[in-house]
Amino acid sequence: MARIVSLAEAVAAAIHDGDSVAMEGFTHLIPFAAGHEVIRQQRCDLTLIRMTPDVIYDQLIGAGCASRLIFSWGGNPGVGSLHRFRDAVENAWPGPLRLEEHSHAGMANRYAAGAAGLPFAVLRGYGGTGLEGLPGLDGLPAVRPITCPFTGERLAAVAALTPDVAVIHAQQADRAGNIQLWGITGVQKEAVLGARRSVVTVEEIVDVLAPRAQAVVLPSWTVDYVAQAPGGAHPSYALGYSQRDNDYYVAWDAISRDRERFVRWLKTDVFGAPDPPGLASAGTGEEG
Amino acid sequence: MGLAATKAGEFTADEMMTACAARALRDGMTCFVGIGLPSAAANLARATHAPGLVLIYESGTIGAKPGWLPLSIGDGVLAETADAVVSVPEIFNYWLQPGRIDMGFLGAAQLDRFGNINTTVIGSTYADPDVRLPGAGGAPEIAAFCREVIIIVRQSRRSFVERVDFVTSVGYGTGRGDRERLGLTGAGPRKVITDLGVLEPDPATRELTLTGVCPGVSPEEAKAGTGWDLAISGSLEVLDPPSPAELSALRALQAMTPGSEGAH
Repeated sequence: MARIVSLAEAVAAAIHDGDSVAMEGFTHLIPFAAGHEVIRQQRCDLTLIRMTPDVIYDQLIGAGCASRLIFSWGGNPGVGSLHRFRDAVENAWPGPLRLEEHSHAGMANRYAAGAAGLPFAVLRGYGGTGLEGLPGLDGLPAVRPITCPFTGERLAAVAALTPDVAVIHAQQADRAGNIQLWGITGVQKEAVLGARRSVVTVEEIVDVLAPRAQAVVLPSWTVDYVAQAPGGAHPSYALGYSQRDNDYYVAWDAISRDRERFVRWLKTDVFGAPDPPGLASAGTGEEG
Repeated sequence: MGLAATKAGEFTADEMMTACAARALRDGMTCFVGIGLPSAAANLARATHAPGLVLIYESGTIGAKPGWLPLSIGDGVLAETADAVVSVPEIFNYWLQPGRIDMGFLGAAQLDRFGNINTTVIGSTYADPDVRLPGAGGAPEIAAFCREVIIIVRQSRRSFVERVDFVTSVGYGTGRGDRERLGLTGAGPRKVITDLGVLEPDPATRELTLTGVCPGVSPEEAKAGTGWDLAISGSLEVLDPPSPAELSALRALQAMTPGSEGAH
Protein backbone atom coordinates (compact mmCIF):
# COMPACT_ATOMS: atom_id res chain seq x y z
CA MET A 1 0.00 0.00 0.00
CA ALA A 2 1.37 3.39 -0.99
CA ARG A 3 2.64 5.73 1.70
CA ILE A 4 2.33 9.44 1.06
CA VAL A 5 5.62 11.01 2.12
CA SER A 6 7.90 13.89 1.16
CA LEU A 7 10.03 13.50 -1.96
CA ALA A 8 13.21 13.44 0.15
CA GLU A 9 11.78 10.66 2.32
CA ALA A 10 10.64 8.67 -0.71
CA VAL A 11 14.06 8.79 -2.37
CA ALA A 12 15.87 8.03 0.91
CA ALA A 13 13.66 5.01 1.55
CA ALA A 14 13.42 3.58 -1.96
CA ILE A 15 16.70 4.25 -3.74
CA HIS A 16 20.05 2.97 -2.49
CA ASP A 17 23.60 3.07 -3.83
CA GLY A 18 24.13 0.36 -6.42
CA ASP A 19 20.42 -0.01 -7.26
CA SER A 20 19.02 -0.37 -10.75
CA VAL A 21 16.64 2.55 -11.23
CA ALA A 22 14.19 3.17 -14.08
CA MET A 23 12.94 6.75 -14.27
CA GLU A 24 10.39 6.62 -17.05
CA GLY A 25 8.25 9.12 -18.89
CA PHE A 26 8.36 9.21 -22.69
CA THR A 27 8.88 12.92 -23.48
CA HIS A 28 5.99 13.68 -21.08
CA LEU A 29 5.74 13.35 -17.28
CA ILE A 30 9.51 12.93 -16.89
CA PRO A 31 10.29 12.77 -13.13
CA PHE A 32 12.89 15.56 -13.04
CA ALA A 33 12.21 16.60 -9.42
CA ALA A 34 12.86 13.04 -8.26
CA GLY A 35 16.03 12.91 -10.37
CA HIS A 36 17.29 16.10 -8.74
CA GLU A 37 16.53 14.65 -5.30
CA VAL A 38 18.63 11.58 -6.17
CA ILE A 39 21.48 13.96 -7.06
CA ARG A 40 21.01 15.90 -3.81
CA GLN A 41 21.16 12.67 -1.80
CA GLN A 42 24.30 11.81 -3.77
CA ARG A 43 23.35 8.29 -4.74
CA CYS A 44 26.13 6.54 -6.58
CA ASP A 45 26.94 3.41 -8.59
CA LEU A 46 23.39 3.31 -9.96
CA THR A 47 22.39 1.29 -13.00
CA LEU A 48 20.13 3.77 -14.75
CA ILE A 49 17.46 2.35 -17.04
CA ARG A 50 15.45 4.46 -19.45
CA MET A 51 14.32 4.26 -23.08
CA THR A 52 15.26 7.88 -23.74
CA PRO A 53 17.95 9.00 -21.30
CA ASP A 54 17.47 12.62 -22.22
CA VAL A 55 18.27 15.68 -20.11
CA ILE A 56 17.27 14.03 -16.80
CA TYR A 57 19.91 11.30 -17.15
CA ASP A 58 22.45 13.73 -18.60
CA GLN A 59 22.15 15.50 -15.24
CA LEU A 60 22.42 12.31 -13.15
CA ILE A 61 25.35 11.01 -15.23
CA GLY A 62 27.20 14.33 -15.01
CA ALA A 63 26.61 14.43 -11.25
CA GLY A 64 28.36 11.08 -10.89
CA CYS A 65 25.32 9.05 -9.78
CA ALA A 66 25.54 6.36 -12.49
CA SER A 67 28.02 3.61 -13.33
CA ARG A 68 25.86 1.79 -15.87
CA LEU A 69 23.15 2.76 -18.36
CA ILE A 70 20.56 0.57 -20.09
CA PHE A 71 18.86 2.57 -22.85
CA SER A 72 17.73 2.88 -26.45
CA TRP A 73 18.12 6.58 -27.38
CA GLY A 74 20.36 9.10 -25.64
CA GLY A 75 19.84 12.56 -27.07
CA ASN A 76 18.39 15.97 -26.27
CA PRO A 77 15.06 15.72 -28.15
CA GLY A 78 14.80 18.22 -30.96
CA VAL A 79 18.12 19.82 -29.93
CA GLY A 80 21.08 17.43 -30.33
CA SER A 81 23.63 15.63 -28.20
CA LEU A 82 23.63 14.85 -24.51
CA HIS A 83 27.03 16.27 -23.65
CA ARG A 84 27.37 14.80 -20.13
CA PHE A 85 26.42 11.36 -21.48
CA ARG A 86 28.91 11.72 -24.31
CA ASP A 87 31.64 12.96 -21.95
CA ALA A 88 31.10 9.90 -19.75
CA VAL A 89 31.20 7.45 -22.67
CA GLU A 90 33.96 9.15 -24.66
CA ASN A 91 36.17 10.42 -21.79
CA ALA A 92 34.98 8.57 -18.65
CA TRP A 93 34.04 11.88 -16.98
CA PRO A 94 33.16 12.09 -14.11
CA GLY A 95 33.63 8.31 -14.23
CA PRO A 96 33.26 5.43 -16.65
CA LEU A 97 29.76 4.56 -17.81
CA ARG A 98 29.08 1.05 -19.06
CA LEU A 99 26.30 0.68 -21.60
CA GLU A 100 23.67 -1.88 -22.47
CA GLU A 101 21.97 -0.73 -25.62
CA HIS A 102 18.76 -1.74 -27.37
CA SER A 103 16.18 -0.40 -29.79
CA HIS A 104 12.99 1.24 -28.47
CA ALA A 105 10.99 -1.85 -29.45
CA GLY A 106 13.42 -4.04 -27.54
CA MET A 107 13.31 -1.85 -24.42
CA ALA A 108 9.51 -1.57 -24.50
CA ASN A 109 9.21 -5.34 -24.76
CA ARG A 110 11.74 -5.85 -21.96
CA TYR A 111 9.62 -3.68 -19.66
CA ALA A 112 6.45 -5.50 -20.73
CA ALA A 113 8.06 -8.87 -19.92
CA GLY A 114 9.07 -7.52 -16.50
CA ALA A 115 5.51 -6.41 -15.81
CA ALA A 116 4.18 -9.78 -16.97
CA GLY A 117 6.52 -11.74 -14.73
CA LEU A 118 8.13 -13.41 -17.73
CA PRO A 119 11.90 -13.93 -18.02
CA PHE A 120 12.09 -12.59 -21.57
CA ALA A 121 10.15 -11.04 -24.42
CA VAL A 122 9.90 -12.05 -28.07
CA LEU A 123 9.81 -9.64 -30.96
CA ARG A 124 10.60 -9.31 -34.61
CA GLY A 125 13.59 -7.08 -34.69
CA TYR A 126 17.34 -6.46 -34.63
CA GLY A 127 17.86 -8.57 -37.78
CA GLY A 128 21.01 -7.48 -39.57
CA THR A 129 21.80 -4.68 -37.11
CA GLY A 130 24.95 -4.25 -35.06
CA LEU A 131 22.76 -4.19 -31.96
CA GLU A 132 22.09 -7.92 -32.09
CA GLY A 133 25.77 -8.63 -31.50
CA LEU A 134 26.31 -6.32 -28.55
CA PRO A 135 26.92 -7.65 -25.04
CA GLY A 136 24.73 -6.70 -22.11
CA LEU A 137 26.12 -5.46 -18.81
CA ASP A 138 26.81 -9.09 -17.85
CA GLY A 139 29.06 -9.47 -20.89
CA LEU A 140 26.71 -11.96 -22.56
CA PRO A 141 24.69 -11.28 -25.74
CA ALA A 142 21.79 -8.94 -24.91
CA VAL A 143 19.70 -10.11 -27.89
CA ARG A 144 19.42 -13.83 -28.61
CA PRO A 145 17.72 -15.71 -31.41
CA ILE A 146 14.73 -17.86 -30.61
CA THR A 147 12.73 -20.18 -32.83
CA CYS A 148 8.94 -20.06 -32.72
CA PRO A 149 7.77 -23.50 -31.50
CA PHE A 150 4.65 -23.24 -33.69
CA THR A 151 5.91 -21.89 -37.01
CA GLY A 152 9.68 -22.31 -36.87
CA GLU A 153 10.15 -18.59 -37.51
CA ARG A 154 13.36 -17.09 -36.11
CA LEU A 155 12.67 -14.21 -33.75
CA ALA A 156 14.61 -12.10 -31.26
CA ALA A 157 14.51 -12.66 -27.49
CA VAL A 158 15.40 -9.93 -25.01
CA ALA A 159 15.60 -10.29 -21.22
CA ALA A 160 12.92 -8.84 -18.95
CA LEU A 161 13.67 -5.61 -17.13
CA THR A 162 13.01 -5.86 -13.40
CA PRO A 163 14.51 -2.71 -11.88
CA ASP A 164 15.07 -2.40 -8.16
CA VAL A 165 13.14 0.86 -8.33
CA ALA A 166 10.81 2.55 -10.82
CA VAL A 167 10.31 6.31 -10.54
CA ILE A 168 7.54 8.08 -12.44
CA HIS A 169 5.64 11.36 -12.33
CA ALA A 170 1.84 11.44 -12.62
CA GLN A 171 -0.79 14.14 -12.68
CA GLN A 172 -2.78 12.97 -9.65
CA ALA A 173 -2.97 10.70 -6.63
CA ASP A 174 -5.86 10.40 -4.25
CA ARG A 175 -5.41 10.34 -0.48
CA ALA A 176 -5.19 6.55 -0.47
CA GLY A 177 -2.28 6.71 -2.92
CA ASN A 178 -4.08 5.54 -6.07
CA ILE A 179 -2.38 7.08 -9.09
CA GLN A 180 -3.79 8.45 -12.35
CA LEU A 181 -1.80 9.67 -15.33
CA TRP A 182 -2.99 10.58 -18.80
CA GLY A 183 -1.84 11.94 -22.16
CA ILE A 184 1.29 10.20 -23.43
CA THR A 185 1.80 7.43 -20.87
CA GLY A 186 4.85 5.71 -22.38
CA VAL A 187 6.05 2.64 -20.47
CA GLN A 188 5.34 3.91 -16.97
CA LYS A 189 2.79 1.22 -16.11
CA GLU A 190 5.16 -1.53 -17.23
CA ALA A 191 8.10 0.03 -15.37
CA VAL A 192 6.19 0.27 -12.08
CA LEU A 193 4.68 -3.22 -12.32
CA GLY A 194 8.03 -4.75 -13.24
CA ALA A 195 10.01 -3.05 -10.47
CA ARG A 196 10.61 -4.26 -6.92
CA ARG A 197 9.87 -0.81 -5.46
CA SER A 198 8.31 2.33 -6.85
CA VAL A 199 8.19 6.05 -6.25
CA VAL A 200 5.51 8.22 -7.84
CA THR A 201 5.64 12.00 -7.70
CA VAL A 202 2.39 13.81 -8.51
CA GLU A 203 1.27 17.27 -9.48
CA GLU A 204 -1.62 17.15 -7.07
CA ILE A 205 -3.23 15.01 -4.37
CA VAL A 206 -7.01 15.08 -4.81
CA ASP A 207 -9.97 13.72 -2.87
CA VAL A 208 -11.37 11.75 -5.79
CA LEU A 209 -9.69 10.64 -9.04
CA ALA A 210 -12.16 11.67 -11.76
CA PRO A 211 -12.16 9.13 -14.62
CA ARG A 212 -10.23 10.37 -17.66
CA ALA A 213 -10.15 9.14 -21.26
CA GLN A 214 -7.17 6.91 -22.04
CA ALA A 215 -5.76 7.27 -18.54
CA VAL A 216 -3.49 4.80 -16.77
CA VAL A 217 -4.56 4.02 -13.22
CA LEU A 218 -2.13 2.38 -10.80
CA PRO A 219 -3.94 1.15 -7.70
CA SER A 220 -2.38 2.16 -4.40
CA TRP A 221 -1.21 -1.38 -3.65
CA THR A 222 1.06 -1.40 -6.75
CA VAL A 223 3.01 1.65 -5.52
CA ASP A 224 5.30 2.10 -2.51
CA TYR A 225 5.85 5.84 -2.09
CA VAL A 226 3.83 8.81 -3.34
CA ALA A 227 5.21 12.33 -3.01
CA GLN A 228 3.58 15.56 -4.04
CA ALA A 229 5.89 17.50 -6.37
CA PRO A 230 4.00 20.21 -8.29
CA GLY A 231 5.93 21.05 -11.45
CA GLY A 232 8.01 17.94 -10.82
CA ALA A 233 8.17 17.10 -14.52
CA HIS A 234 9.72 20.43 -15.51
CA PRO A 235 11.23 21.02 -18.11
CA SER A 236 9.05 18.25 -19.54
CA TYR A 237 5.38 18.72 -18.83
CA ALA A 238 2.26 17.30 -17.25
CA LEU A 239 -0.70 17.43 -19.63
CA GLY A 240 -3.43 19.54 -18.04
CA TYR A 241 -0.97 21.20 -15.65
CA SER A 242 1.99 22.58 -17.56
CA GLN A 243 3.61 23.14 -20.97
CA ARG A 244 6.88 21.66 -22.15
CA ASP A 245 9.65 24.21 -21.53
CA ASN A 246 11.31 23.99 -24.93
CA ASP A 247 13.67 26.87 -24.10
CA TYR A 248 15.14 24.84 -21.23
CA TYR A 249 16.02 21.96 -23.56
CA VAL A 250 17.69 24.40 -25.95
CA ALA A 251 19.54 26.16 -23.09
CA TRP A 252 20.70 22.80 -21.69
CA ASP A 253 22.92 22.33 -24.73
CA ALA A 254 25.26 25.16 -23.70
CA ILE A 255 25.11 24.38 -19.97
CA SER A 256 25.96 20.72 -20.47
CA ARG A 257 28.64 21.28 -23.11
CA ASP A 258 31.10 22.67 -20.57
CA ARG A 259 32.10 20.75 -17.42
CA GLU A 260 32.62 23.83 -15.26
CA ARG A 261 29.38 25.40 -16.33
CA PHE A 262 27.59 22.14 -15.64
CA VAL A 263 29.06 21.91 -12.14
CA ARG A 264 28.00 25.52 -11.47
CA TRP A 265 24.48 24.63 -12.64
CA LEU A 266 24.48 21.59 -10.37
CA LYS A 267 25.40 23.69 -7.34
CA THR A 268 22.98 26.53 -7.91
CA ASP A 269 20.02 24.79 -9.54
CA VAL A 270 20.02 21.40 -7.78
CA PHE A 271 21.76 22.01 -4.45
CA GLY A 272 20.53 25.59 -4.20
CA ALA A 273 23.85 26.98 -3.02
CA PRO A 274 27.15 27.86 -4.72
CA ASP A 275 29.10 25.64 -2.28
CA PRO A 276 26.82 22.92 -0.96
CA PRO A 277 28.27 20.81 1.83
CA GLY A 278 29.39 17.34 0.82
CA LEU A 279 29.63 17.99 -2.91
CA ALA A 280 33.30 17.15 -3.04
CA SER A 281 33.26 14.61 -5.82
CA ALA A 282 30.85 16.00 -8.37
CA GLY A 283 33.21 16.95 -11.10
CA THR A 284 35.20 19.66 -9.36
CA GLY A 285 38.55 17.96 -9.92
CA GLU A 286 40.23 17.27 -13.23
CA GLU A 287 39.77 19.35 -16.34
CA GLY A 288 39.95 18.45 -19.98
CA MET B 1 14.69 30.15 -40.93
CA GLY B 2 11.92 32.63 -40.38
CA LEU B 3 10.33 34.79 -43.04
CA ALA B 4 13.14 37.28 -42.75
CA ALA B 5 15.74 34.76 -43.93
CA THR B 6 14.34 34.44 -47.44
CA LYS B 7 13.05 36.86 -50.04
CA ALA B 8 10.18 36.05 -52.37
CA GLY B 9 11.15 33.20 -54.69
CA GLU B 10 14.13 32.17 -52.57
CA PHE B 11 14.18 29.10 -50.41
CA THR B 12 16.55 27.29 -48.09
CA ALA B 13 18.01 23.80 -48.49
CA ASP B 14 15.84 22.64 -45.58
CA GLU B 15 12.73 23.95 -47.34
CA MET B 16 13.73 22.16 -50.55
CA MET B 17 14.27 18.86 -48.68
CA THR B 18 11.03 19.28 -46.76
CA ALA B 19 8.99 19.94 -49.91
CA CYS B 20 10.63 17.01 -51.66
CA ALA B 21 9.77 14.68 -48.78
CA ALA B 22 6.21 16.03 -48.54
CA ARG B 23 5.62 15.25 -52.24
CA ALA B 24 6.52 11.62 -51.62
CA LEU B 25 3.51 11.31 -49.29
CA ARG B 26 0.11 10.44 -50.70
CA ASP B 27 -3.23 11.36 -49.21
CA GLY B 28 -4.54 8.72 -46.82
CA MET B 29 -1.16 7.16 -46.10
CA THR B 30 -0.16 6.22 -42.57
CA CYS B 31 3.18 7.76 -41.74
CA PHE B 32 5.59 7.16 -38.83
CA VAL B 33 7.09 10.56 -38.15
CA GLY B 34 10.22 11.66 -36.32
CA ILE B 35 10.97 15.19 -35.19
CA GLY B 36 12.66 17.82 -37.37
CA LEU B 37 12.43 17.69 -41.17
CA PRO B 38 10.28 14.54 -41.26
CA SER B 39 7.69 16.15 -39.01
CA ALA B 40 7.81 19.34 -41.08
CA ALA B 41 7.39 17.33 -44.30
CA ALA B 42 4.47 15.29 -43.01
CA ASN B 43 2.71 18.36 -41.68
CA LEU B 44 3.37 20.24 -44.92
CA ALA B 45 1.82 17.37 -46.88
CA ARG B 46 -1.17 17.39 -44.56
CA ALA B 47 -1.56 21.15 -45.04
CA THR B 48 -1.37 20.90 -48.84
CA HIS B 49 -2.06 17.83 -51.01
CA ALA B 50 -2.62 15.13 -48.36
CA PRO B 51 -5.17 16.35 -45.80
CA GLY B 52 -6.02 12.75 -44.89
CA LEU B 53 -2.43 11.78 -44.05
CA VAL B 54 -2.30 9.86 -40.77
CA LEU B 55 0.61 11.03 -38.60
CA ILE B 56 1.91 8.52 -36.07
CA TYR B 57 4.60 9.50 -33.56
CA GLU B 58 6.52 6.89 -31.57
CA SER B 59 5.32 8.50 -28.35
CA GLY B 60 2.08 6.60 -29.05
CA THR B 61 0.03 9.35 -30.69
CA ILE B 62 -1.89 7.99 -33.68
CA GLY B 63 -3.55 10.43 -36.07
CA ALA B 64 -2.05 13.54 -34.49
CA LYS B 65 -3.11 16.81 -36.13
CA PRO B 66 -0.78 19.52 -34.80
CA GLY B 67 -1.36 23.02 -36.11
CA TRP B 68 2.35 23.76 -35.85
CA LEU B 69 5.68 21.94 -35.79
CA PRO B 70 6.31 20.29 -32.42
CA LEU B 71 9.86 20.37 -30.96
CA SER B 72 9.56 16.88 -29.48
CA ILE B 73 7.72 13.72 -30.45
CA GLY B 74 5.84 14.03 -27.17
CA ASP B 75 4.53 17.59 -27.28
CA GLY B 76 1.11 18.01 -25.72
CA VAL B 77 -0.47 19.10 -29.00
CA LEU B 78 0.15 15.63 -30.43
CA ALA B 79 -1.74 13.87 -27.63
CA GLU B 80 -4.51 16.47 -27.60
CA THR B 81 -5.18 16.19 -31.35
CA ALA B 82 -4.63 12.43 -31.80
CA ASP B 83 -7.31 9.91 -32.76
CA ALA B 84 -5.79 7.55 -30.20
CA VAL B 85 -2.97 7.67 -27.68
CA VAL B 86 -1.46 4.28 -26.93
CA SER B 87 1.40 3.06 -24.77
CA VAL B 88 4.92 2.75 -26.12
CA PRO B 89 4.92 -1.09 -26.06
CA GLU B 90 1.66 -0.95 -28.02
CA ILE B 91 2.88 1.48 -30.69
CA PHE B 92 5.80 -0.78 -31.48
CA ASN B 93 4.11 -4.18 -31.06
CA TYR B 94 0.61 -3.65 -32.44
CA TRP B 95 1.16 -0.88 -34.94
CA LEU B 96 4.73 -0.90 -36.30
CA GLN B 97 5.80 -4.56 -36.06
CA PRO B 98 2.89 -6.09 -38.07
CA GLY B 99 3.51 -3.75 -41.01
CA ARG B 100 0.44 -1.54 -40.54
CA ILE B 101 2.31 1.67 -41.30
CA ASP B 102 2.93 2.75 -44.89
CA MET B 103 5.84 5.14 -44.58
CA GLY B 104 8.63 5.72 -42.11
CA PHE B 105 11.05 8.64 -42.09
CA LEU B 106 14.60 8.21 -40.86
CA GLY B 107 17.68 10.39 -40.48
CA ALA B 108 21.29 9.24 -40.38
CA ALA B 109 24.70 10.29 -39.10
CA GLN B 110 26.28 7.90 -41.60
CA LEU B 111 24.72 6.22 -44.63
CA ASP B 112 26.26 3.69 -47.00
CA ARG B 113 25.59 2.84 -50.65
CA PHE B 114 22.96 0.27 -49.67
CA GLY B 115 21.06 2.67 -47.43
CA ASN B 116 22.26 1.18 -44.15
CA ILE B 117 22.17 3.73 -41.37
CA ASN B 118 24.45 4.48 -38.43
CA THR B 119 23.19 6.58 -35.52
CA THR B 120 25.14 4.73 -32.80
CA VAL B 121 28.90 5.43 -32.77
CA ILE B 122 31.57 6.98 -34.99
CA GLY B 123 34.92 5.22 -34.71
CA SER B 124 36.47 1.86 -35.30
CA THR B 125 35.30 0.20 -32.07
CA TYR B 126 31.91 0.29 -30.40
CA ALA B 127 33.42 0.08 -26.92
CA ASP B 128 35.74 3.07 -27.37
CA PRO B 129 34.05 5.40 -29.86
CA ASP B 130 35.38 8.68 -31.21
CA VAL B 131 31.86 10.09 -31.12
CA ARG B 132 28.97 8.67 -29.17
CA LEU B 133 25.72 9.28 -31.11
CA PRO B 134 22.23 8.97 -29.57
CA GLY B 135 21.66 5.38 -30.64
CA ALA B 136 18.82 3.46 -32.22
CA GLY B 137 15.56 4.74 -30.78
CA GLY B 138 12.75 3.37 -32.91
CA ALA B 139 14.77 3.40 -36.13
CA PRO B 140 15.73 -0.30 -36.54
CA GLU B 141 12.09 -1.40 -36.46
CA ILE B 142 10.90 1.54 -38.56
CA ALA B 143 13.51 0.55 -41.15
CA ALA B 144 12.43 -3.09 -40.93
CA PHE B 145 8.64 -2.92 -40.85
CA CYS B 146 7.27 0.26 -42.41
CA ARG B 147 6.08 -0.64 -45.92
CA GLU B 148 8.59 1.85 -47.26
CA VAL B 149 11.13 4.28 -45.86
CA ILE B 150 12.37 7.73 -46.79
CA ILE B 151 15.74 8.83 -45.42
CA ILE B 152 16.38 12.55 -45.04
CA VAL B 153 20.01 13.51 -44.52
CA ARG B 154 22.49 16.20 -45.51
CA GLN B 155 24.94 14.87 -48.03
CA SER B 156 28.71 15.03 -47.51
CA ARG B 157 31.70 12.71 -47.61
CA ARG B 158 31.52 12.60 -43.83
CA SER B 159 27.96 11.25 -43.82
CA PHE B 160 27.86 9.31 -47.11
CA VAL B 161 30.48 6.65 -46.47
CA GLU B 162 31.66 3.47 -48.16
CA ARG B 163 31.01 1.51 -44.97
CA VAL B 164 29.09 2.66 -41.89
CA ASP B 165 30.97 2.28 -38.59
CA PHE B 166 27.93 0.57 -37.05
CA VAL B 167 24.73 -0.74 -38.63
CA THR B 168 21.98 0.72 -36.46
CA SER B 169 19.20 0.28 -39.04
CA VAL B 170 19.26 -1.91 -42.11
CA GLY B 171 18.60 -0.53 -45.57
CA TYR B 172 19.44 -3.18 -48.16
CA GLY B 173 22.22 -4.89 -46.18
CA THR B 174 24.83 -5.98 -48.71
CA GLY B 175 22.46 -5.80 -51.64
CA ARG B 176 19.48 -7.44 -53.28
CA GLY B 177 17.92 -10.30 -51.33
CA ASP B 178 19.33 -9.37 -47.93
CA ARG B 179 16.10 -7.88 -46.57
CA GLU B 180 14.15 -11.02 -47.43
CA ARG B 181 16.89 -13.19 -45.89
CA LEU B 182 16.83 -11.13 -42.68
CA GLY B 183 13.04 -11.25 -42.39
CA LEU B 184 12.58 -7.49 -42.86
CA THR B 185 9.03 -7.26 -44.16
CA GLY B 186 9.04 -3.66 -45.42
CA ALA B 187 10.42 -2.76 -48.84
CA GLY B 188 13.26 -0.62 -47.46
CA PRO B 189 14.44 2.88 -48.36
CA ARG B 190 12.56 4.14 -51.43
CA LYS B 191 14.24 7.54 -51.51
CA VAL B 192 17.15 9.30 -49.84
CA ILE B 193 16.45 13.03 -49.88
CA THR B 194 19.47 15.27 -49.40
CA ASP B 195 20.38 18.93 -49.74
CA LEU B 196 21.93 18.07 -53.12
CA GLY B 197 19.30 15.82 -54.64
CA VAL B 198 17.53 12.47 -54.44
CA LEU B 199 18.98 8.97 -54.46
CA GLU B 200 16.91 5.85 -55.16
CA PRO B 201 17.83 2.17 -55.04
CA ASP B 202 18.76 0.57 -58.33
CA PRO B 203 16.01 -1.98 -59.06
CA ALA B 204 18.52 -4.73 -59.82
CA THR B 205 21.28 -4.18 -57.27
CA ARG B 206 19.61 -1.96 -54.64
CA GLU B 207 22.62 0.37 -54.77
CA LEU B 208 21.64 3.99 -54.13
CA THR B 209 21.72 5.90 -57.40
CA LEU B 210 21.42 9.62 -57.98
CA THR B 211 18.09 10.12 -59.76
CA GLY B 212 17.50 13.82 -59.11
CA VAL B 213 19.41 16.97 -58.31
CA CYS B 214 18.23 20.13 -56.61
CA PRO B 215 18.02 23.22 -58.84
CA GLY B 216 21.50 24.63 -59.32
CA VAL B 217 23.30 21.45 -58.18
CA SER B 218 25.41 19.51 -60.69
CA PRO B 219 25.83 15.72 -60.65
CA GLU B 220 29.56 16.36 -60.08
CA GLU B 221 28.78 18.18 -56.85
CA ALA B 222 26.65 15.24 -55.71
CA LYS B 223 29.50 12.86 -56.56
CA ALA B 224 31.94 15.06 -54.66
CA GLY B 225 29.66 14.88 -51.62
CA THR B 226 29.61 11.10 -51.63
CA GLY B 227 32.21 8.81 -50.08
CA TRP B 228 31.64 6.05 -52.61
CA ASP B 229 31.66 6.07 -56.41
CA LEU B 230 28.13 7.39 -56.81
CA ALA B 231 26.14 5.91 -59.70
CA ILE B 232 24.10 8.44 -61.67
CA SER B 233 20.83 7.55 -63.33
CA GLY B 234 20.59 7.82 -67.10
CA SER B 235 17.35 9.73 -66.64
CA LEU B 236 18.58 12.22 -64.05
CA GLU B 237 15.99 14.91 -63.40
CA VAL B 238 16.21 18.38 -61.92
CA LEU B 239 13.84 18.54 -58.96
CA ASP B 240 11.13 21.18 -58.91
CA PRO B 241 11.84 23.92 -56.39
CA PRO B 242 9.31 24.41 -53.60
CA SER B 243 6.20 26.03 -55.06
CA PRO B 244 4.86 29.32 -53.64
CA ALA B 245 1.98 27.32 -52.11
CA GLU B 246 4.40 24.85 -50.46
CA LEU B 247 6.61 27.65 -49.14
CA SER B 248 3.75 29.65 -47.70
CA ALA B 249 2.18 26.58 -46.05
CA LEU B 250 5.51 25.50 -44.54
CA ARG B 251 6.37 28.99 -43.31
CA ALA B 252 2.89 29.34 -41.83
CA LEU B 253 3.41 26.11 -39.86
CA GLN B 254 6.77 27.39 -38.63
CA ALA B 255 5.32 30.78 -37.71
CA MET B 256 2.61 29.08 -35.63
CA THR B 257 5.18 27.11 -33.64
CA PRO B 258 5.37 28.33 -30.03
CA GLY B 259 8.63 30.18 -29.46
CA SER B 260 9.04 31.19 -33.10
CA GLU B 261 8.99 34.88 -34.07
CA GLY B 262 5.55 34.69 -35.58
CA ALA B 263 3.87 32.66 -32.84
CA HIS B 264 0.97 34.03 -30.88
